[in-house]
Amino acid sequence: MSEKEDKEMFASGHRMCAGCGEGIAMRTILNEAGPNTIATVATGCLEVTTTAYPQTSWEIPLIHSAFENAASVASGIEVALKQMDKKGETNIMSFAGDGGTFDIGFQALSGMFERKHNVTHICLDNEAYMNTGIQRCSSTPYGASTTTSPAGKFSIGEDRPKKPLARISAAHDIPYVATATIAHIKDLKKKVRKALDADGPALVHVFAPCPTGWRHASNDSVELARLAVETGVFVLWEAEDGEICDLNITHKPKERKPVGEYLKKQRRFAHLTEEHIEKIQKEIDEKCEQYGF
Amino acid sequence: MTKVKITIGGINKDAGSSKEYKTGGWRTMKPEVDVEKCIQCLKCFDYCPDGAVKKTDDAIEFDLDYCKGCGICAKECPVKAIVMKVEEK
Amino acid sequence: MGEQKGLTIQGNMATALGAKLCRPDVIPAYPITPSTLFPEKISEYIADGELDASMIRVESEHSAMSACIGASSIGARTCTASASQGIALMHEMLFIASGMRLPIVMAVGNRALSAPINIWADHQDTIASRDSGWLQFYAEKNQEGLDLMILAFKIAEDERVLLPAMVGIDGFVLTHTVEGVKVPAQEDVDEFLPPYEPPHGKLDPKEPMTFGSLGTPEYYQELKYDQVEAMDKSPEVIDEIFEEFEKEFGREYNRITPYKCDDAEIILLTMGSMTGTARAAVDEMREDGEKVGLAKLTVFRPFPGDLLKEIAGDAKGLAVVDRNISPGFGGAVFAESAGIFINEKKKPLMKNFIVGLGGREIFKKNFKEMYKKTKKSVEKGSVDKMVEWINMDEKVMR
Ligand SMILES: Cc1ncc(C[n+]2csc(CCOP(=O)(O)OP(=O)(O)O)c2C)c(N)n1
Ligand SMILES: [Mg+2]
Repeated sequence: MSEKEDKEMFASGHRMCAGCGEGIAMRTILNEAGPNTIATVATGCLEVTTTAYPQTSWEIPLIHSAFENAASVASGIEVALKQMDKKGETNIMSFAGDGGTFDIGFQALSGMFERKHNVTHICLDNEAYMNTGIQRCSSTPYGASTTTSPAGKFSIGEDRPKKPLARISAAHDIPYVATATIAHIKDLKKKVRKALDADGPALVHVFAPCPTGWRHASNDSVELARLAVETGVFVLWEAEDGEICDLNITHKPKERKPVGEYLKKQRRFAHLTEEHIEKIQKEIDEKCEQYGF
Repeated sequence: MTKVKITIGGINKDAGSSKEYKTGGWRTMKPEVDVEKCIQCLKCFDYCPDGAVKKTDDAIEFDLDYCKGCGICAKECPVKAIVMKVEEK
Repeated sequence: MGEQKGLTIQGNMATALGAKLCRPDVIPAYPITPSTLFPEKISEYIADGELDASMIRVESEHSAMSACIGASSIGARTCTASASQGIALMHEMLFIASGMRLPIVMAVGNRALSAPINIWADHQDTIASRDSGWLQFYAEKNQEGLDLMILAFKIAEDERVLLPAMVGIDGFVLTHTVEGVKVPAQEDVDEFLPPYEPPHGKLDPKEPMTFGSLGTPEYYQELKYDQVEAMDKSPEVIDEIFEEFEKEFGREYNRITPYKCDDAEIILLTMGSMTGTARAAVDEMREDGEKVGLAKLTVFRPFPGDLLKEIAGDAKGLAVVDRNISPGFGGAVFAESAGIFINEKKKPLMKNFIVGLGGREIFKKNFKEMYKKTKKSVEKGSVDKMVEWINMDEKVMR
């Protein structure tokens, strides 16, 4: 496996927490993309932990500017490269958290998709605004306690279901949309490669557990990403040209595990009663039926 | 105060320079590999958030300059070749 | 030198034509009255093959400035146009463009800010971005709009400066008003403004670098200082480039231009299109024997305090006319002018007049009134009312 001896494109010494899912995702993704890549990054954990002046963990050209515009900055780069007669072999990627993708960055992302820029957007989904201290996002799942959706006597925690970002993205009829996790490395690499090779905009939505925000053991990050898929909490699929052509590539669970196994490893769900868990299970069952398994 | 290095626009031309920052000091638990048991599947390499796993001729080794001791490698090792031990300082 | 063709065109066309002569690579833009004709014209130039550039029809002004930043960071020459709410929406990105020292140029059709919504001339939009680290130029007429676009690129891209620049032309009064302009020949502009090659770095896989780092308290203040120093030192470069432009194209520009100020006891300080009316008022008052002069501010950022002191230091009164208002104090030009004189022993008495907000007309008689009021204060030796609103419905004044 010669690639593993190749130069790492995401350098060590970054300040991500121990066990950070984003770290695993970034190493995999940047190593797959390789050195001929220009990236933009949104404000968030990824940016603050990797760019503290005068150091940087990025071995590729990178620009961070603000929270909501990684896709617009990438649009400018893509057009400028084309205009200035470069051959078009350079990958252009935009990176953002779930906040920078689902919420505040959604308009810029939708614009980038619609204008058909040849940009791959990577969403690192840790299901809350982690950089500012675990506030809820439209990516936060039902029942999760966050600092702005705390569980309490009159609150179950987050009371809205997760926004279907990848499906909304696919509705833009763009060449490639996929969901992936940090537990399924081969699958993640394959999807990143497909996204980069697509002729036009692409999204890879990467599920990346956060020990600090989800309050789980630091060694459980990969296990939780795996469990999310095995319980049906997070469905792995890809869509080409807006069509959901393959629901679950290699990790369609033969027999879905009960969601409690996933929830009980995370203290953000510690307040949930058995009834709550049953309700969540029912919703997942319905969702999985929709997806066809 | 450290010596301040100022560039126009704060542009940082030292790609990968975070390697100067050793995160090994954050660690409370330290991974150890049993070279005999290691099958070099490199799951630990793939799953290390910190790029602290290096391949050797017959097994793997840890770069303790950067390992933060999260324990993912030990947990994910399919042959239980890695154990976490309390860091002695 | 090639011939300068004469054209009779609207202000937006003048700034668009100025931009076109500079051969921008990328123009991300979003329509907003009164600057919309700019992106329309640029689109037309590209559609007709007159300009080899790419437009990005972004979904917002925030994305327009973001795309400018992206394009500029790989070394593209880039510009946009906006006004009012559009500039307010991109406010965040203005600071980032200057912080990363990206010489982006923006043509502005100066317009009031909501509420109430108003599409007419007012300097509030660019004045509200005063602290964003952009150079700011204001045109009196369409010719200046055209020339200042070329000058803005040249100054912004100078390696001693490397700061973004905005060129303001007053909404409708200039943007939609037809005036005669002389258009420099393309080959002369090409010579005046060589292609942009960023001297401080660009995004390129061959030499990877990181733009937009996290600046901790250990570094932030020094990085800011470096940026501000570039602004502080820019007057020298601006003067030099203004002079070069005059030599090449025969039109004179100054950071502040005095008019009949030599023996003036009272000087009116104006910015933008109102200057023409003020000049006519000054001429009439001069005929009546009044010792009045006029100073026109073309460069608001960096504020030309050095020149203002030279021009108005010996006057008895300075009437600062602001087409903007900072509620709770007064006009921005006034505040800065007052600040400039604070440590001077010899300084004029100063009054501030707020005029022309939201497109309110400004007449010669208004400038005469400002002159009279200032003269009264000078005679009295004190200022009763520092900030006065002019051409108001008296019924609402308390
Ligand atoms: C316009 C703006 N609003 C708010 C913030 C504050 N802010 C910075 S990062 C962040 C949350 C980031 O969340 P996400 O995108 O999910 O990334 P994460 O840190 O979780 O990886 C927020 C709210 C900001 N920087 N800019
Ligand atoms: Mg997040």
